[in-house]
Amino acid sequence: MSQAHATSMGLDSRKMAFWAFIGSECLLFGSLISTYLIYKGKSLVGPYPHEILNIPFTSFSTFDLLMSSLAMVLALAAIQRGDMKQGKTWLFVTAFLGLVFLGGQVWEFSHFMHEGLGLTTNLFGSTFYVLTGTHGTHVTVGVIWLLTLWVQALRGKLGPGQALTVEITGLYWHFVDVVWIVIFTVVYLIQ
Amino acid sequence: MKSWLTTTDHKRIGLLYFWTAFGFFLLGGLEALVIRAQLAKPEGIGVSAEFYNQMFTMHGTTMVFLALMPLSAAFFNFIIPLQIGARDVAFPRLNAFSYWVFLLGGLFINASFLAGPLFGADRLSVAPDGGWFGYANLTSKQFSPGPNIDFWLLGLQILGIASLAAGFNFIVTILNMRAPGMKMLRLPAFSWMTLVTQFLVITAFPVITVALVLLMFDRFFGTHFFIPAGGGDPILWQHLFWLFGHPEVYILILPAMGIVSEVLPTFSRKPLFGYTVVVYSGVLIGFMGWGVWSHHMFAAGLGPIADSVFSATTMLIAVPTGVKIFNWIATLWGGQLRFPTAMLFALGFVSMFIIGGLSGVSHGSPPADLQQTDTYYVVAHIHYVLFGGTMLGLFAGMYYWWPKMTGRQLSETLGKWHFWLTFVGMNLAFFPMHFSGLLGMPRRIYTYGAELGVTGFNVVSTIGAFLIGAATLVFFVNLLRTRRHGAPAGNDPWGGATLEWAIPSPPPVYNFTVIPQVASRLPLWRTERQAPMAPLPLTPPAPIHVPGGSWWPMFTAFGLPVMAIGALSHQVWLVLVGVAVVITGIYRWAYEPFEV
Repeated sequence: MSQAHATSMGLDSRKMAFWAFIGSECLLFGSLISTYLIYKGKSLVGPYPHEILNIPFTSFSTFDLLMSSLAMVLALAAIQRGDMKQGKTWLFVTAFLGLVFLGGQVWEFSHFMHEGLGLTTNLFGSTFYVLTGTHGTHVTVGVIWLLTLWVQALRGKLGPGQALTVEITGLYWHFVDVVWIVIFTVVYLIQ
Repeated sequence: MKSWLTTTDHKRIGLLYFWTAFGFFLLGGLEALVIRAQLAKPEGIGVSAEFYNQMFTMHGTTMVFLALMPLSAAFFNFIIPLQIGARDVAFPRLNAFSYWVFLLGGLFINASFLAGPLFGADRLSVAPDGGWFGYANLTSKQFSPGPNIDFWLLGLQILGIASLAAGFNFIVTILNMRAPGMKMLRLPAFSWMTLVTQFLVITAFPVITVALVLLMFDRFFGTHFFIPAGGGDPILWQHLFWLFGHPEVYILILPAMGIVSEVLPTFSRKPLFGYTVVVYSGVLIGFMGWGVWSHHMFAAGLGPIADSVFSATTMLIAVPTGVKIFNWIATLWGGQLRFPTAMLFALGFVSMFIIGGLSGVSHGSPPADLQQTDTYYVVAHIHYVLFGGTMLGLFAGMYYWWPKMTGRQLSETLGKWHFWLTFVGMNLAFFPMHFSGLLGMPRRIYTYGAELGVTGFNVVSTIGAFLIGAATLVFFVNLLRTRRHGAPAGNDPWGGATLEWAIPSPPPVYNFTVIPQVASRLPLWRTERQAPMAPLPLTPPAPIHVPGGSWWPMFTAFGLPVMAIGALSHQVWLVLVGVAVVITGIYRWAYEPFEV
């Protein structure tokens, strides 16, 4: 998939396509977040957000995801300067922190279910699960992507020549992280 | 055969898009004829209300998503790389993937016509029947218990993936693959309008995807996003749908505007008047297209402030559209006019689109709109825009570029028959609808009474619709006849100015023997400052690498309908099989050796 041709804009075509994809994703999450906001306070029955959301716990998840972005930056920097040993380590750390976040989400979802908030219980449940679930799916895709790169690196098939692939993976990962910052603010902090 | 299934050549994919979309166009036309036959006389000719609902739903859905958009895509595929001086699109395999997803999505949604027995229905057809706009809460499980709406919402999600993938591909292609010297303001108008269209695609389709996903949750998992009993608001569906739906209108019309902006200058032997203004007004339409969606919802009662704002934006967006129309007319002024069929269709586009645009502005006034909502007046408007506009523009493109695509010219005699039958037919079919609508004939109702006094108008509309059907048959004959008997086209049958006319017809697989250096907006014409571009060498001076084919785009695409069938039949394992197919396809795709 090497892109040897000179491009009109001087930006690699794969990277440009990915920026367009991120723009498109903004509208996807924008629509879901708008739906959440429109239905805020419209639930006919409980549990309501303030009764159930656990801000300290989710703050930890958020911190974890932020740190995974830091690890991603370190992974890319290492691979760009050809330090594959560090690169492999940080790729794995990024994926691992992503897995920790997903574990937190699984725990949170099952805890909420236990507390009586199902997908169909009320509008809060429906909008909450669809929004955070869509985000969780994105994180899952990112973790699989990162682990794929990690395995490629272990097999010696990922080197500084593939730094652009890692950079694009990083773009995706940071984007998913930024979306979470918005969701955390809108859903958890501004109740 | 194998070379077509695995092809990543933009020209072959363009032809695949064309023939597939043309097939769906015939199907959508057939559905329209069933509707018009039923409405030919009061109380109808015996079509059941149920089947009538399926007919108008599938007519709208098919024409918008399976005919007009992919017919435009046929030209994006075939023409854009040629116009910008490229050897292919930026991502050839992604391009093949878009096509296969479109084909499979179209087949999936139409399979509903035969799927009744599989769902225990007592009739063959369980086609979608909730209108192409699928208003909540008619689409809820309570009011639409059958699989009809499921086919619709799953099929549209599949088709959305095809459009999004193509959107990313063409944005990058147009921005990044231009020949040296082709600055953005030397880009042909069709390429520019395509670029704006693709930006609208990648921003509008996520919105309808969310709407469809929420509807899917309502129907499959029992949520209440659009169900008032659980606190949900059906108006949210309207907002999400039209937030997508109005940009979609410009997704449908901008490519046709681009085509006309190529055809009129060629046959006037004059550069496009005010090229820069045409380009900028296209971009402006792209932005403003996002600010008018609620004019589809005046009847929902959004309040005076929302109504006033959307009324104002609706009238404002007519300004850049009007600017384009004046530029096209000024292009004709003083030109050396020729009138081959392509030019007739382009002129038809300009005149019919004016009528559709004017009735559109009349919807922009809320008090008037309240009288027009859900009547045949709106049907008249949408058909002047989408048939008189988009479809005539696409026909202009077909006559203009068919010689380039196949190497043979379409018959002008049959072409003139095609044009005049279409032009007379469409005005007979759609003009009387303004009157029947204002007299109170509601749309989407399968019969009307003689006492409404609209029988005469309906008879004329039906005659017009069958004339359009006859015209389309003439065109079909023309297409088939051309394969053997068409006159050879040569490089440049029309004396065009843009790069696609610098190469043989049909173009060789590598398109350009050498990538041209572009020094003007009209590289093949002599302008005041510029001599025409020197002819390209007949054979490539050095061997040209051409990407090979790949099975994986098609393989990956097959995973999507498998997932949809699993969802439709509530078989989770089948959904997982589909997911596995997609994941396998993506990995094989990513790691197969493929040099572009």
